[in-house]
Amino acid sequence: MKKNGILSRLFLGLVFLFLYAPIFVLIVFSFNDSKSNAVWGGFTLDWYVQLLSNRTVLGALQTTLLVSVLATLIATVVGTAAAIGFSSMKRRSRNLFLTVNNIPLTNADIITGVSMMLLFVFAGQVLADFSGWLNSQEWAVNANLWFDFSFNLGFITLLIAHITFDIPYVIVSVLPKLRQLDPNLAEAALDLGATRWTAFRKVVLPELMPGIVNGLLIAFTMSIDDFVISYFTAGSQVSTLSMVVYSMVRRRVSPEINALSTLMFMAVLILLVIINLRQARQDARRKRQGLRP
Amino acid sequence: MRNKWIAAPYVGWMALFVVAPLIVVLVYALTRENAAGDWYLTMENFAGMAGYAAVFGRSFLLAGIATVICILLGYPMAYFLSRERGRLRSMAMLLIMLPMWMNFLLRTYSWVFLLERNGFFNTLLSSIGLPKLDIINTSSAVVLGMVYNFLPFMVLPIFSVIVKIDHRVIEAAQDLGADSVQVFRRVIFPLSLPGVLSGVTMVFIPAVSTFVISRLLGGGKSLLLGDLIEMQFLGSAYNPHLGSAISLVMMVIVLVCMGIMNRFGEGEGEAVLL
Repeated sequence: MKKNGILSRLFLGLVFLFLYAPIFVLIVFSFNDSKSNAVWGGFTLDWYVQLLSNRTVLGALQTTLLVSVLATLIATVVGTAAAIGFSSMKRRSRNLFLTVNNIPLTNADIITGVSMMLLFVFAGQVLADFSGWLNSQEWAVNANLWFDFSFNLGFITLLIAHITFDIPYVIVSVLPKLRQLDPNLAEAALDLGATRWTAFRKVVLPELMPGIVNGLLIAFTMSIDDFVISYFTAGSQVSTLSMVVYSMVRRRVSPEINALSTLMFMAVLILLVIINLRQARQDARRKRQGLRP
Repeated sequence: MRNKWIAAPYVGWMALFVVAPLIVVLVYALTRENAAGDWYLTMENFAGMAGYAAVFGRSFLLAGIATVICILLGYPMAYFLSRERGRLRSMAMLLIMLPMWMNFLLRTYSWVFLLERNGFFNTLLSSIGLPKLDIINTSSAVVLGMVYNFLPFMVLPIFSVIVKIDHRVIEAAQDLGADSVQVFRRVIFPLSLPGVLSGVTMVFIPAVSTFVISRLLGGGKSLLLGDLIEMQFLGSAYNPHLGSAISLVMMVIVLVCMGIMNRFGEGEGEAVLL
């Protein structure tokens, strides 16, 4: 293929300008010593100080990190196991499960969010009715028992929702590695006297590791970044960072959001650079191994 | 390692939290609650949707426009990027992915910040004596927000398909006397269609179902499907039965559109995640 001329480079430059100028303006104005979002009033770090002493923001940050870490860990374990299970199934059942697995990936977020919210509300109602029924039974009254299985939207439902949309990403990243796996390796280990667990841990797992780690990272960023699904499943008591951002944006408290944007942008930048470095190192290693006869 | 039973926990999980919620949506869509609080089977929710035809039309129109603009900007971008080499290319890829990973509310907010009546652009414009730009709270602002948010999701799949095209195919075309326009039109473009299709899916679905972009940049004036659904569940017009019916119809329309498109494009569009 030909190399790019001046015009195509100019086009690339303009699109990148379109993508980055707004973010850049936000970052600059996060240091602006004025409430105005147009006039420069000198340099300040006040907005950052204010942001970091904002209890709502800190609480939401804590919730976001907690739910993301928990959901990612659970999703990685369950998803990896599921991927291994799927790949040892017959074609028909595997295709069926993979189709269901694709539902949260292709469906609009709002539908995933709304449908889970309905399920939780519905299940909460059913369990509340059930507890009421149990409590009205004679034996329960006689034994002085009181049941309450009801629940409301909150941290647990938020966590369940996050796990649900994280697992498909883990499966999609682990499956290709399983396809590349040489079945003879595990059998060789078994022949050499390894137990099934040892063969898995020492032979299979290291081969799958790059896919697992990739899936983990994608799941984690999806969890951190999610707004729509959390918005519907967290209820009114619990807030993630995205939900706080949404309410801040609606109330137009600009300098503080600018500061928050800058911090979140930096966090993503660092994460992405780390992932890319990892990828580059892996590619280099693969190339070295490929060169060996 | 062959052990299909370790997938069992996830299969159970899927049944509970992927399949069951959709069944609940279906049940809600097909029922209503009467004054006594009892549910009855009905098609009223679907019949009542006729009044929202304009919202359906607007959502699909705006999302369609945004998708077309994303193709027009994203295709050349992916094509030019694929011709870059080495460091410049990996730099550019990083630059495409960075906004993708940045919080989508903040990306939308950055345009609110720029476009507001007394915002950055207008102050800039009036300080050099130009008339003010009054597009916030209009459909144009909503389309702009969609393009800005979802453009990287168009570029990335197209790019990853183009870079995988076998160079020998292109050289063969050239050897057979094709000029560069013909090479592009007859070889590269047809081979890159699966990337375009997967890009269209990744742009159109979030665009047609958004409520954040229309709320923040459209000022709640141009109601979209997402707004309508959100209002039925968390907003003023609380009616989960109607909301479920709208969600269901939207889901079916989107699935049908995607099905037709994938048939049309023959090849199976590979979902590109990273």
